[in-house]
Amino acid sequence: MDKRIQIVTLLAALLLVILVIELVRRRRLSERYALLWLFSAFAILGLSVWQGLLEKISKLIGIAYPPTALFLVAVVFILLLLLNFSTVLSRLQDETRILAQRLAIIEAEQAEPEALVGAADEAQQPVSQHDQLADD
Amino acid sequence: MAERKLVVIPAYNEAGSVGEVIEEIHAALPDWDLVVIDDGSADSTAKTASKAGAHVIRTPFNLGIGGAVQTGFIFARDRGYERMVQIDGDGQHEPLAVAALESEMATSQADMVCGSRFLGEGEHDRYPAPISRRTGIHIFAFLLSAFLRQRVTDPTSGFRLYNRRAIELFASDYPHDYPEVEVVLMLHQHRLKMKEVAVQMHLRTEGSSSISSGKSAYYMVKVLLALFVGLLRARKAQPVTDS
Repeated sequence: MDKRIQIVTLLAALLLVILVIELVRRRRLSERYALLWLFSAFAILGLSVWQGLLEKISKLIGIAYPPTALFLVAVVFILLLLLNFSTVLSRLQDETRILAQRLAIIEAEQAEPEALVGAADEAQQPVSQHDQLADD
Repeated sequence: MAERKLVVIPAYNEAGSVGEVIEEIHAALPDWDLVVIDDGSADSTAKTASKAGAHVIRTPFNLGIGGAVQTGFIFARDRGYERMVQIDGDGQHEPLAVAALESEMATSQADMVCGSRFLGEGEHDRYPAPISRRTGIHIFAFLLSAFLRQRVTDPTSGFRLYNRRAIELFASDYPHDYPEVEVVLMLHQHRLKMKEVAVQMHLRTEGSSSISSGKSAYYMVKVLLALFVGLLRARKAQPVTDS
Protein backbone atom coordinates (compact mmCIF):
# COMPACT_ATOMS: atom_id res chain seq x y z
CA MET A 1 0.00 0.00 0.00
CA ASP A 2 1.13 3.50 -0.78
CA LYS A 3 2.94 4.96 2.21
CA ARG A 4 1.35 8.37 1.66
CA ILE A 5 -2.17 7.06 2.13
CA GLN A 6 -1.03 5.25 5.22
CA ILE A 7 0.45 8.45 6.67
CA VAL A 8 -2.64 10.51 5.86
CA THR A 9 -5.09 8.05 7.42
CA LEU A 10 -2.83 7.60 10.40
CA LEU A 11 -2.61 11.34 11.01
CA ALA A 12 -6.34 11.80 10.50
CA ALA A 13 -7.19 9.04 12.97
CA LEU A 14 -4.69 10.39 15.50
CA LEU A 15 -6.14 13.87 15.13
CA LEU A 16 -9.61 12.49 15.74
CA VAL A 17 -8.50 10.70 18.89
CA ILE A 18 -6.85 13.85 20.24
CA LEU A 19 -9.88 15.99 19.36
CA VAL A 20 -12.31 13.63 21.06
CA ILE A 21 -10.20 13.39 24.20
CA GLU A 22 -9.80 17.15 24.31
CA LEU A 23 -13.57 17.65 23.98
CA VAL A 24 -14.20 15.21 26.81
CA ARG A 25 -11.56 16.96 28.91
CA ARG A 26 -13.34 20.28 28.43
CA ARG A 27 -16.66 18.60 29.23
CA ARG A 28 -18.08 19.51 25.86
CA LEU A 29 -18.58 15.87 24.97
CA SER A 30 -19.86 13.35 27.48
CA GLU A 31 -17.98 10.08 27.88
CA ARG A 32 -21.05 8.20 26.83
CA TYR A 33 -20.93 9.53 23.27
CA ALA A 34 -17.14 9.80 23.18
CA LEU A 35 -16.83 6.03 23.38
CA LEU A 36 -18.23 5.27 19.95
CA TRP A 37 -16.11 8.04 18.44
CA LEU A 38 -12.95 6.77 20.11
CA PHE A 39 -13.72 3.24 19.08
CA SER A 40 -14.11 4.34 15.43
CA ALA A 41 -10.89 6.35 15.54
CA PHE A 42 -8.92 3.51 17.07
CA ALA A 43 -10.28 1.04 14.54
CA ILE A 44 -9.09 3.23 11.67
CA LEU A 45 -5.81 3.89 13.44
CA GLY A 46 -5.28 0.18 13.96
CA LEU A 47 -6.04 -0.70 10.36
CA SER A 48 -3.73 1.96 8.95
CA VAL A 49 -0.87 0.75 11.12
CA TRP A 50 -1.52 -2.95 10.73
CA GLN A 51 -1.35 -3.35 6.98
CA GLY A 52 -1.57 -7.14 7.03
CA LEU A 53 -5.02 -7.14 8.59
CA LEU A 54 -6.30 -4.54 6.13
CA GLU A 55 -5.07 -6.63 3.19
CA LYS A 56 -6.70 -9.73 4.65
CA ILE A 57 -10.00 -7.93 5.03
CA SER A 58 -9.80 -6.57 1.47
CA LYS A 59 -9.12 -10.01 0.06
CA LEU A 60 -11.92 -11.53 2.13
CA ILE A 61 -14.57 -9.17 0.79
CA GLY A 62 -13.06 -8.87 -2.69
CA ILE A 63 -11.62 -5.37 -2.67
CA ALA A 64 -8.65 -5.13 -5.04
CA TYR A 65 -7.14 -2.00 -3.56
CA PRO A 66 -6.75 -2.29 0.26
CA PRO A 67 -6.96 1.44 1.11
CA THR A 68 -10.52 1.40 -0.21
CA ALA A 69 -11.36 -1.08 2.54
CA LEU A 70 -10.19 1.53 5.01
CA PHE A 71 -12.77 3.95 3.64
CA LEU A 72 -15.41 1.26 3.81
CA VAL A 73 -14.64 0.74 7.49
CA ALA A 74 -14.80 4.49 8.07
CA VAL A 75 -18.16 4.75 6.30
CA VAL A 76 -19.58 1.90 8.38
CA PHE A 77 -18.54 3.66 11.56
CA ILE A 78 -20.03 6.94 10.37
CA LEU A 79 -23.34 5.20 9.68
CA LEU A 80 -23.25 3.63 13.14
CA LEU A 81 -22.62 7.03 14.70
CA LEU A 82 -25.49 8.59 12.79
CA LEU A 83 -27.84 5.81 13.81
CA ASN A 84 -26.70 6.28 17.38
CA PHE A 85 -27.55 9.97 17.11
CA SER A 86 -31.03 9.19 15.84
CA THR A 87 -31.69 6.94 18.82
CA VAL A 88 -30.38 9.59 21.20
CA LEU A 89 -32.55 12.17 19.46
CA SER A 90 -35.62 9.95 19.81
CA ARG A 91 -34.97 9.51 23.50
CA LEU A 92 -34.44 13.22 24.04
CA GLN A 93 -37.68 13.92 22.23
CA ASP A 94 -39.50 11.47 24.51
CA GLU A 95 -38.00 13.05 27.58
CA THR A 96 -38.83 16.56 26.40
CA ARG A 97 -42.40 15.51 25.70
CA ILE A 98 -42.80 14.07 29.19
CA LEU A 99 -41.38 17.24 30.74
CA ALA A 100 -43.75 19.39 28.69
CA GLN A 101 -46.76 17.28 29.71
CA ARG A 102 -45.91 17.41 33.39
CA LEU A 103 -45.19 21.13 33.24
CA ALA A 104 -48.51 21.74 31.48
CA ILE A 105 -50.46 19.88 34.17
CA ILE A 106 -48.60 21.55 37.04
CA GLU A 107 -49.04 25.00 35.53
CA ALA A 108 -52.76 24.46 35.07
CA GLU A 109 -53.01 23.25 38.65
CA GLN A 110 -51.23 26.35 39.90
CA ALA A 111 -53.44 28.68 37.92
CA GLU A 112 -56.63 27.02 39.17
CA PRO A 113 -55.87 25.10 42.35
CA GLU A 114 -59.53 24.37 43.04
CA ALA A 115 -60.42 23.06 39.59
CA LEU A 116 -61.77 19.53 39.32
CA VAL A 117 -60.58 18.60 42.78
CA GLY A 118 -62.36 15.51 43.97
CA ALA A 119 -62.17 13.18 46.93
CA ALA A 120 -60.10 10.65 45.03
CA ASP A 121 -57.21 13.06 44.67
CA GLU A 122 -55.81 12.57 48.12
CA ALA A 123 -55.60 8.84 47.67
CA GLN A 124 -53.88 9.08 44.32
CA GLN A 125 -50.14 9.49 44.03
CA PRO A 126 -48.71 10.52 40.68
CA VAL A 127 -47.06 7.49 39.11
CA SER A 128 -43.60 7.89 37.67
CA GLN A 129 -43.21 7.65 33.94
CA HIS A 130 -39.74 6.19 34.16
CA ASP A 131 -40.90 2.68 33.29
CA GLN A 132 -41.81 3.93 29.89
CA LEU A 133 -38.27 5.00 29.07
CA ALA A 134 -36.63 2.03 30.71
CA ASP A 135 -38.62 -0.26 28.43
CA ASP A 136 -37.23 1.23 25.24
CA MET B 1 -69.43 7.52 45.48
CA ALA B 2 -70.17 8.17 41.85
CA GLU B 3 -67.58 7.22 39.27
CA ARG B 4 -65.26 10.04 38.35
CA LYS B 5 -65.44 10.72 34.66
CA LEU B 6 -63.39 13.05 32.52
CA VAL B 7 -63.90 14.56 29.09
CA VAL B 8 -60.63 15.41 27.36
CA ILE B 9 -60.68 17.80 24.42
CA PRO B 10 -57.39 18.04 22.56
CA ALA B 11 -57.39 21.37 20.74
CA TYR B 12 -54.92 23.00 18.41
CA ASN B 13 -56.02 26.34 17.00
CA GLU B 14 -59.70 25.61 17.51
CA ALA B 15 -60.77 28.97 18.96
CA GLY B 16 -63.61 29.16 16.45
CA SER B 17 -65.31 25.96 17.58
CA VAL B 18 -64.06 24.92 21.00
CA GLY B 19 -66.38 27.24 22.96
CA GLU B 20 -69.47 25.78 21.36
CA VAL B 21 -68.20 22.22 21.85
CA ILE B 22 -67.66 22.91 25.57
CA GLU B 23 -71.18 24.32 25.94
CA GLU B 24 -72.65 21.28 24.23
CA ILE B 25 -70.68 18.97 26.51
CA HIS B 26 -71.75 20.83 29.63
CA ALA B 27 -75.35 20.44 28.52
CA ALA B 28 -75.10 16.81 27.38
CA LEU B 29 -72.75 15.44 30.05
CA PRO B 30 -73.38 17.34 33.29
CA ASP B 31 -71.75 14.76 35.57
CA TRP B 32 -68.47 14.71 33.65
CA ASP B 33 -65.45 16.85 34.45
CA LEU B 34 -63.97 18.57 31.47
CA VAL B 35 -60.43 19.46 30.55
CA VAL B 36 -59.16 21.08 27.37
CA ILE B 37 -55.60 20.35 26.32
CA ASP B 38 -54.49 23.42 24.40
CA ASP B 39 -51.58 22.03 22.41
CA GLY B 40 -49.56 25.18 21.89
CA SER B 41 -52.24 26.99 19.88
CA ALA B 42 -51.32 30.30 18.34
CA ASP B 43 -54.90 31.60 18.52
CA SER B 44 -57.15 32.24 21.52
CA THR B 45 -58.15 28.60 22.03
CA ALA B 46 -57.14 28.57 25.71
CA LYS B 47 -58.93 31.84 26.50
CA THR B 48 -62.11 30.77 24.73
CA ALA B 49 -62.10 27.40 26.47
CA SER B 50 -61.54 28.87 29.90
CA LYS B 51 -64.26 31.46 29.31
CA ALA B 52 -66.63 28.63 28.43
CA GLY B 53 -65.86 27.10 31.82
CA ALA B 54 -63.33 24.39 31.01
CA HIS B 55 -60.21 23.56 32.97
CA VAL B 56 -57.44 24.31 30.48
CA ILE B 57 -54.06 22.62 30.36
CA ARG B 58 -51.66 24.38 28.03
CA THR B 59 -48.64 22.56 26.73
CA PRO B 60 -45.56 24.79 26.49
CA PHE B 61 -45.17 23.97 22.80
CA ASN B 62 -47.00 21.93 20.21
CA LEU B 63 -46.65 18.25 21.09
CA GLY B 64 -48.84 16.89 18.32
CA ILE B 65 -52.12 15.09 18.82
CA GLY B 66 -50.50 12.07 20.50
CA GLY B 67 -48.64 14.11 23.08
CA ALA B 68 -51.69 16.26 23.73
CA VAL B 69 -54.06 13.33 24.29
CA GLN B 70 -51.48 11.61 26.46
CA THR B 71 -51.40 14.71 28.67
CA GLY B 72 -55.10 14.01 29.21
CA PHE B 73 -54.37 10.39 30.11
CA ILE B 74 -51.69 11.43 32.62
CA PHE B 75 -54.08 13.93 34.17
CA ALA B 76 -56.85 11.32 34.34
CA ARG B 77 -54.54 8.74 35.86
CA ASP B 78 -53.06 11.05 38.48
CA ARG B 79 -56.48 12.40 39.45
CA GLY B 80 -57.98 8.96 39.76
CA TYR B 81 -60.59 9.12 37.00
CA GLU B 82 -62.38 5.86 36.19
CA ARG B 83 -63.55 6.88 32.73
CA MET B 84 -62.15 9.18 30.13
CA VAL B 85 -63.71 10.17 26.86
CA GLN B 86 -61.83 11.94 24.11
CA ILE B 87 -63.85 14.42 22.07
CA ASP B 88 -62.35 16.55 19.32
CA GLY B 89 -62.43 20.33 19.72
CA ASP B 90 -63.76 20.94 16.23
CA GLY B 91 -67.38 19.86 16.71
CA GLN B 92 -67.03 16.63 14.73
CA HIS B 93 -68.22 14.47 17.59
CA GLU B 94 -71.67 14.46 19.13
CA PRO B 95 -71.44 14.63 22.96
CA LEU B 96 -74.86 12.98 23.31
CA ALA B 97 -73.40 9.84 21.71
CA VAL B 98 -71.15 9.33 24.74
CA ALA B 99 -74.08 7.58 26.39
CA ALA B 100 -73.98 4.94 23.64
CA LEU B 101 -70.25 4.44 24.18
CA GLU B 102 -70.81 4.10 27.93
CA SER B 103 -73.55 1.54 27.63
CA GLU B 104 -71.43 -0.50 25.20
CA MET B 105 -68.57 -0.42 27.71
CA ALA B 106 -70.91 -1.55 30.47
CA THR B 107 -72.33 -4.48 28.50
CA SER B 108 -69.21 -5.71 26.70
CA GLN B 109 -66.65 -4.95 29.43
CA ALA B 110 -64.46 -3.39 26.75
CA ASP B 111 -61.47 -1.29 27.84
CA MET B 112 -61.91 1.11 24.94
CA VAL B 113 -65.03 1.91 22.97
CA CYS B 114 -64.68 3.84 19.71
CA GLY B 115 -67.32 5.77 17.86
CA SER B 116 -67.32 4.45 14.30
CA ARG B 117 -68.49 6.34 11.25
CA PHE B 118 -68.73 3.22 9.15
CA LEU B 119 -70.73 0.90 11.33
CA GLY B 120 -74.08 2.54 10.70
CA GLU B 121 -76.60 1.17 8.23
CA GLY B 122 -78.04 3.15 5.36
CA GLU B 123 -76.83 5.90 3.12
CA HIS B 124 -77.21 8.92 5.37
CA ASP B 125 -75.04 7.34 8.04
CA ARG B 126 -72.13 7.36 5.65
CA TYR B 127 -69.42 9.79 6.54
CA PRO B 128 -68.98 12.29 3.72
CA ALA B 129 -65.18 12.16 3.66
CA PRO B 130 -63.16 12.37 0.47
CA ILE B 131 -62.65 9.03 -1.23
CA SER B 132 -58.85 9.05 -0.70
CA ARG B 133 -59.28 9.49 3.04
CA ARG B 134 -61.90 6.75 3.21
CA THR B 135 -59.70 4.37 1.21
CA GLY B 136 -56.87 4.89 3.70
CA ILE B 137 -59.17 4.28 6.64
CA HIS B 138 -60.50 1.10 5.05
CA ILE B 139 -56.98 -0.21 4.44
CA PHE B 140 -56.12 0.28 8.12
CA ALA B 141 -59.45 -1.21 9.11
CA PHE B 142 -58.80 -4.26 6.94
CA LEU B 143 -55.29 -4.80 8.37
CA LEU B 144 -56.38 -4.34 11.97
CA SER B 145 -59.36 -6.64 11.51
CA ALA B 146 -56.93 -9.30 10.27
CA PHE B 147 -54.45 -8.75 13.11
CA LEU B 148 -57.08 -8.65 15.83
CA ARG B 149 -59.36 -11.29 14.29
CA GLN B 150 -62.18 -8.94 15.14
CA ARG B 151 -64.09 -6.55 12.92
CA VAL B 152 -62.66 -3.05 13.07
CA THR B 153 -64.36 -0.47 10.87
CA ASP B 154 -63.04 2.95 11.87
CA PRO B 155 -59.60 2.81 13.47
CA THR B 156 -58.88 6.51 12.82
CA SER B 157 -61.83 7.74 14.85
CA GLY B 158 -60.75 10.05 17.66
CA PHE B 159 -64.08 9.68 19.49
CA ARG B 160 -63.16 7.19 22.18
CA LEU B 161 -64.12 6.13 25.68
CA TYR B 162 -61.50 4.51 27.93
CA ASN B 163 -61.74 2.72 31.25
CA ARG B 164 -59.20 2.88 34.07
CA ARG B 165 -56.99 0.13 32.65
CA ALA B 166 -56.74 1.84 29.27
CA ILE B 167 -56.10 5.20 30.97
CA GLU B 168 -53.20 3.73 32.92
CA LEU B 169 -51.74 2.02 29.87
CA PHE B 170 -51.88 5.09 27.66
CA ALA B 171 -50.67 7.47 30.39
CA SER B 172 -47.42 5.54 30.41
CA ASP B 173 -47.17 4.77 26.70
CA TYR B 174 -48.99 6.43 23.83
CA PRO B 175 -47.92 6.73 20.18
CA HIS B 176 -46.65 10.16 19.12
CA ASP B 177 -48.14 11.35 15.89
CA TYR B 178 -51.22 9.88 14.20
CA PRO B 179 -51.80 7.66 17.22
CA GLU B 180 -55.34 6.34 16.66
CA VAL B 181 -54.56 3.34 14.46
CA GLU B 182 -51.55 2.22 16.48
CA VAL B 183 -53.54 2.48 19.68
CA VAL B 184 -55.93 -0.22 18.50
CA LEU B 185 -53.04 -2.63 17.95
CA MET B 186 -51.35 -1.63 21.23
CA LEU B 187 -54.50 -2.31 23.15
CA HIS B 188 -54.78 -5.74 21.56
CA GLN B 189 -51.16 -6.54 22.38
CA HIS B 190 -51.74 -5.67 26.00
CA ARG B 191 -54.73 -8.00 25.90
CA LEU B 192 -57.24 -5.25 26.47
CA LYS B 193 -60.55 -5.25 24.68
CA MET B 194 -61.77 -2.81 22.05
CA LYS B 195 -65.32 -2.33 20.76
CA GLU B 196 -66.98 -0.03 18.29
CA VAL B 197 -70.32 1.70 18.31
CA ALA B 198 -71.99 3.38 15.34
CA VAL B 199 -72.01 7.15 15.64
CA GLN B 200 -72.60 9.99 13.26
CA MET B 201 -69.94 12.58 12.83
CA HIS B 202 -70.37 16.10 11.57
CA LEU B 203 -68.08 17.67 9.08
CA ARG B 204 -65.59 19.99 10.69
CA THR B 205 -67.09 23.42 11.31
CA GLU B 206 -63.80 25.23 11.76
CA GLY B 207 -60.09 24.69 11.33
CA SER B 208 -58.55 21.86 9.42
CA SER B 209 -57.91 18.19 10.13
CA SER B 210 -54.58 17.31 11.70
CA ILE B 211 -53.98 15.41 8.47
CA SER B 212 -53.62 17.77 5.52
CA SER B 213 -53.63 16.32 2.02
CA GLY B 214 -49.92 16.99 1.62
CA LYS B 215 -49.18 14.92 4.69
CA SER B 216 -51.48 12.03 3.92
CA ALA B 217 -48.83 10.04 2.07
CA TYR B 218 -46.51 10.38 5.04
CA TYR B 219 -49.44 9.45 7.26
CA MET B 220 -50.15 6.24 5.36
CA VAL B 221 -46.50 5.15 5.32
CA LYS B 222 -45.86 6.08 8.95
CA VAL B 223 -48.91 4.28 10.26
CA LEU B 224 -48.25 1.20 8.13
CA LEU B 225 -44.67 1.09 9.42
CA ALA B 226 -45.91 1.52 12.98
CA LEU B 227 -48.40 -1.32 12.48
CA PHE B 228 -45.86 -3.77 11.10
CA VAL B 229 -43.19 -2.89 13.64
CA GLY B 230 -45.89 -3.13 16.29
CA LEU B 231 -46.58 -6.69 15.18
CA LEU B 232 -42.92 -7.54 15.79
CA ARG B 233 -43.11 -6.39 19.38
CA ALA B 234 -43.61 -9.15 21.86
CA ARG B 235 -47.11 -9.49 23.17
CA LYS B 236 -47.05 -8.73 26.82
CA ALA B 237 -49.72 -8.95 29.42
CA GLN B 238 -50.90 -5.65 30.78
CA PRO B 239 -49.25 -5.25 34.21
CA VAL B 240 -51.61 -2.64 35.67
CA THR B 241 -54.31 -3.79 38.00
CA ASP B 242 -57.92 -2.82 37.86
CA SER B 243 -58.55 -0.28 40.57
